[in-house]
Amino acid sequence: MSEARIDVQVEHRHAPPPAEGKHPNTCPKCGSHYRDDELEAALWVCRHCGHHYPMRARARIAWYADEGSFVEEAADVRSEDPLDFFDLRPYAERLAEAELNTGLGEAVVIGQAAIGGHPVELSVMDFTFMGGSMGSAVGEKFSRACDSALERGVPLVSVTSSGGARMQEGILSLMQLPKTVCAVEELHDARIPMITVMAHPTTAGVLASFASLGDVTIAEPGALIAFTGPRVVQQTTREKLPDDFGLAEQNLRFGHVDAIVPRPEQLDYLLRVLRLFS
Amino acid sequence: MSERDQEVNLRHRLSGLSRLPLLRGTRVQGEAARLERQLERLKADTTDEAIWRSVELARHPERPYTLDYVSRILEDWVELHGDRGRADDGALVTGLGRLDGRTVALVGHQKGRDVKERLDRQFGMAYPEGYVKAMRVMEIAERFGFPLLSLVDTPGAYPGVAAEQHGQGGAIARSQAAMARLTVPTVACIIGEGGSGGAVAIAVADRVLMQENAIYSVITPEGCAAILWRDAGEAKKAAAAFKPDALHCLDLGVVDAVVAEPEGGAQNDHGEAARLLKAALVESLEELEDTPGEELRRRRRAKFRGMGVFA
Repeated sequence: MSEARIDVQVEHRHAPPPAEGKHPNTCPKCGSHYRDDELEAALWVCRHCGHHYPMRARARIAWYADEGSFVEEAADVRSEDPLDFFDLRPYAERLAEAELNTGLGEAVVIGQAAIGGHPVELSVMDFTFMGGSMGSAVGEKFSRACDSALERGVPLVSVTSSGGARMQEGILSLMQLPKTVCAVEELHDARIPMITVMAHPTTAGVLASFASLGDVTIAEPGALIAFTGPRVVQQTTREKLPDDFGLAEQNLRFGHVDAIVPRPEQLDYLLRVLRLFS
Repeated sequence: MSERDQEVNLRHRLSGLSRLPLLRGTRVQGEAARLERQLERLKADTTDEAIWRSVELARHPERPYTLDYVSRILEDWVELHGDRGRADDGALVTGLGRLDGRTVALVGHQKGRDVKERLDRQFGMAYPEGYVKAMRVMEIAERFGFPLLSLVDTPGAYPGVAAEQHGQGGAIARSQAAMARLTVPTVACIIGEGGSGGAVAIAVADRVLMQENAIYSVITPEGCAAILWRDAGEAKKAAAAFKPDALHCLDLGVVDAVVAEPEGGAQNDHGEAARLLKAALVESLEELEDTPGEELRRRRRAKFRGMGVFA
């Protein structure tokens, strides 16, 4: 995985990533180990402790969408490198590597689909592409998903998983916040519902823009949902952090999400909401 | 882009600058020499050193803050306190005043001058309550048709336990959404540090101005260095890489105009800095005031929807 991702996983207090050398299929919470096909059949949820492993965008789309209904849009949108950004390595190189490693053109996949017969627009983020960070291409693709939902008059189902804005695009990545907010405002005006599913992690610039504007917002169990992650809060303020700081459960208690819905119940939940808005 | 292309690009833009004088304060005063000096400075100032100087000047302890400008620019200022729910956030001040005869609503980040005030105002880092207060004043602006001015000067939104529990991310998102809904003219100016989400929360405006030595960035140079270089001490390198200075923000289309500052920076002459800022704000408002509200909103959203560079 690229070094440039905004590494929020390492600051997650309850579900640390597998230690160096540990197999990614080993549950970081209870140590249970699964074969690939077992994990896939269980929607990447540990059947012993309920830990939600990260879920790739394509896998989630295949799960949510009725078979054969997904038609990808804006697949050819790619990031540029407007600042010729170079930290320890050139941004252009990191992008090429991310595409090679993930098989994705960017950190979000969008397209038309049907869920249980309801036509929808899907926008699904993938954390493995540079930490799901939002640069110009992600902002553009999400905005086009809004356009497509608006044109067809169908609800937008948006799944978020992101470390925040993509620093390598500098101020233009910050501008993706108002850009995506403006796109959602057009949906609100047209009374097109937006349902948001916050997966681990939904943080910083993505939380501070379109992720927070859903009409109905659910979170996956144990997901980190914070504008500023626990490590930075601790370092900056030296405050004592509550045990569930920033987790989905705390966000539910403080009123920031409508429900925490484990993956095995998510399709039913989405269907119920889609029926109510149809 | 090759170095040669960049130079051509820069020259092209500078010729545009002299034609449309984007350094607004300067045009208002018709001070050709000052414009010339600033163009020279801008042209020379693409070095890493110059970018870092902007970072230092933007954070200068004597730089004028929002209330320093308010007292010099607005008449009949009435500060409005509190979010009507939980708190009055000192890091974000809001109120009503008169600018050249018209009533305007103003929201702006506020840093403190001495140790006690700095702590009271959390170094200009607002809690969600600050953004809720701002939204309350935006509502007043919308209801009564007052133009909205916004002065941005924050290292970022407050990174604390309570801020998270009270919904920092959601508050920043909703504040942007509130600005995207307004049908009154809106002008924002980055007057110091335009730090990340905490800054853009109140900067979704029809015209976004930026003072000559202000910075506008997705993360602080120290934060970027800590993540990408794994060393906060590399802040200078990070700033050189992500280019938060006014010239680059203008170049990328993120701000519409650069507002001139007194020689050496705004800290040297608060009165002159205020005069230049006021001229730019008034000029921007005058450009917007004849446009119907729905059209202002449509154009504002279209402007932000167009931001970004992708293939």
